[in-house]
Amino acid sequence: MRLPRRSSFKRSALAAGSVVAATSLLLSGCGSKATENDSANAQSCVDTSGPTIKVGALNSLSGTMAISEVTVRHAIDLAVAQINAAGGVMGKQIQLVGEDGASEPTVFAEKAEKLISSDCVAAVFGGWTSSSRKAMLPVFEGANSLLYYPVQYEGLEASKNIFYTGATTNQQIVPALDYLKQKGIKSLYLVGSDYVFPQTANRIIKAYAAANGIEIKGEDYTPLGSTDFSTIINKVRSSNAGAVFNTLNGDSNVAFFKEYTNAGLTAQKMPVVSVSITEEEVVGIGAKYIEDQLTAWNYYQTVDNPVNKAFVKAYKDKFGADKPTSDPMEAAYVSVYLWKNTVEKAKSFDIKAIQDNAGGVTFDAPEGLVTIDGENHHITKTARIGEIHPDGLIYTIWESPGPIQPDPFLKSYPWAAGLAS
Amino acid sequence: MDVLIGQLATGLSLGSILLLAALGLSLTFGQMGVINMAHGEFIMAGCYTAFVMQQVASSAGVSLLISLVVGFVVGGAMGALLEVTLIQRMYDRPLDTLLVTFGVGLILQQVARDVFGAPAVNVAAPAWLSGGVEILGAVVPKTRIFILLLAVACVVTLAAVLKVSPMGRRIRAVVANRDLAETSGISSRKTDITTFFIGSGLAAVAGVALTLIGSTSPTVGQSYLIGAFLVVVVGGLGQIKGTVIAAFALGFLNSFIEYNSTASLAKVIVFVIIVIFLQVRPQGLFTVRTRSLV
Repeated sequence: MRLPRRSSFKRSALAAGSVVAATSLLLSGCGSKATENDSANAQSCVDTSGPTIKVGALNSLSGTMAISEVTVRHAIDLAVAQINAAGGVMGKQIQLVGEDGASEPTVFAEKAEKLISSDCVAAVFGGWTSSSRKAMLPVFEGANSLLYYPVQYEGLEASKNIFYTGATTNQQIVPALDYLKQKGIKSLYLVGSDYVFPQTANRIIKAYAAANGIEIKGEDYTPLGSTDFSTIINKVRSSNAGAVFNTLNGDSNVAFFKEYTNAGLTAQKMPVVSVSITEEEVVGIGAKYIEDQLTAWNYYQTVDNPVNKAFVKAYKDKFGADKPTSDPMEAAYVSVYLWKNTVEKAKSFDIKAIQDNAGGVTFDAPEGLVTIDGENHHITKTARIGEIHPDGLIYTIWESPGPIQPDPFLKSYPWAAGLAS
Repeated sequence: MDVLIGQLATGLSLGSILLLAALGLSLTFGQMGVINMAHGEFIMAGCYTAFVMQQVASSAGVSLLISLVVGFVVGGAMGALLEVTLIQRMYDRPLDTLLVTFGVGLILQQVARDVFGAPAVNVAAPAWLSGGVEILGAVVPKTRIFILLLAVACVVTLAAVLKVSPMGRRIRAVVANRDLAETSGISSRKTDITTFFIGSGLAAVAGVALTLIGSTSPTVGQSYLIGAFLVVVVGGLGQIKGTVIAAFALGFLNSFIEYNSTASLAKVIVFVIIVIFLQVRPQGLFTVRTRSLV
């Protein structure tokens, strides 16, 4: 008979209880709703009298999203530095106020509030996850301020207080499907992370597939951060689908592609089209696990034009030769210039003036010419299907004939009727 | 048929991963009763050890094998340091230990982020572990077979050390009856540190192996921490055989439920099953009221 060590039963009972407490402590951070208390009271206090103009950058520099958002901050820093070196905006130097969204939607809402009402910034650049954007949206609408959101997202949204400089679905997912259809792919397997973007994207994909005679062999979601894909790979393997459409986010991609390759699947046997993997993620996955697989974006580091060459060089000079440039950071860089161009067209930092003058504002971006749509506040973008090469870079193998008009609610696609509800 | 074999292999593999992640915890939590929320960060330390060794070693194969040893020492040293500086001061305050080690875990994550950068880094698997083996129509990745063998090796070694070595006997003596062990001339302080060293070292070994199938990023430990705690709690505190059985039971349960539903739903169902199980057997599969600990 084992004798208890100090009151070991009480202790282990307490211990087990504490684990449960800790688990709920860990989980309680998620899912809580943004506080919307006094956002409506916030007043614009932007100071346009001095030689500088304040703008905010709100990105996650800590927490799980820091992986991606730190590079977005870098791109914003670069754009601001370039604009200031070239004389600023309407003669005023930009003063950047940086805040950390800490990968928490509630923190994003709080810090947005702070930037608007206490720092009195003229515009805010940032946000990544849809949940962070949706948490900030009421803050910006309540205070009537401006957010420039630089990441591709699931569409079905348009706010007069947000400018969306990443792709909406008809500039990324729909062209990817068109490409697969044109390549003769007859069936798809959908794999995604379990949250709003993949779920919505897959609803759109299924509607497209139904209208175009593509069979959906399966649809699987894993919790964000999930690292075990053997079951899903088994399902994918036995489905014999023509291609896999991958909307996984973050670290899950690493585990997915390692498992995929080790199970003997290749880009030749069953190509995977990913919509959340940039040059940055390829490094972490390891090029040999993802060689020849496809991605759908609007920008790659390898895009061949003089503007992009200058952008890549400036970025590498500032942040290191081994740092790749990628789509979301390019969109963030573009967003700062679009704000500048809109302000200069409006000849004012006033929100109303910017909203009224935004339509038709253009910028010769690294991805090609982009134009703001004054109606839905999205921008025109060229869709590009890329192939991942062993050097870790992504090369364009197909691109849309020109910039595609943004259509966040997919109104011009008959098969998408009913999705927007 | 090949699906069944495939899922059996998946369950076995998932079980071995859970086991590897939980084995160290079965020592520090199971035997010593310390709720170490930084256990996941010791796993992460192992992942980054593998990454660092890969930068210096000649080939991926050599670096993997060296990393297993170096990782054990690195993780163990971190664990021993944590024990000496913080945990020993709060052995009778589990809630304080929980909060403090949670904080330490966050600090270690940020350190990793500052040193290695926020994006995941790539640890290449050696050539002899790439690809898979076909077993009755199902393809099982070689990396998963390696992890299974490693888990078995770790359990056997740990069990042997605890059972026959003088050090193992001291550990068991202190766990069984601290006062009596001290009276017999065993330094319980030294033994506590040793136990923590081994437990944390095993976490880092798990981390090295997990680079073969997953990502290496500052938050990697978080994805294994809860699973590891579940295995130890279900297995019963202080029981290595409980940990082994619980790990494989959860692995099979998860793989078959997931195949017939979805990954998210499978997690929910497994959690519900665990909650019901703990209602019936709050002490886990095995109680400590047996003669042997191993």
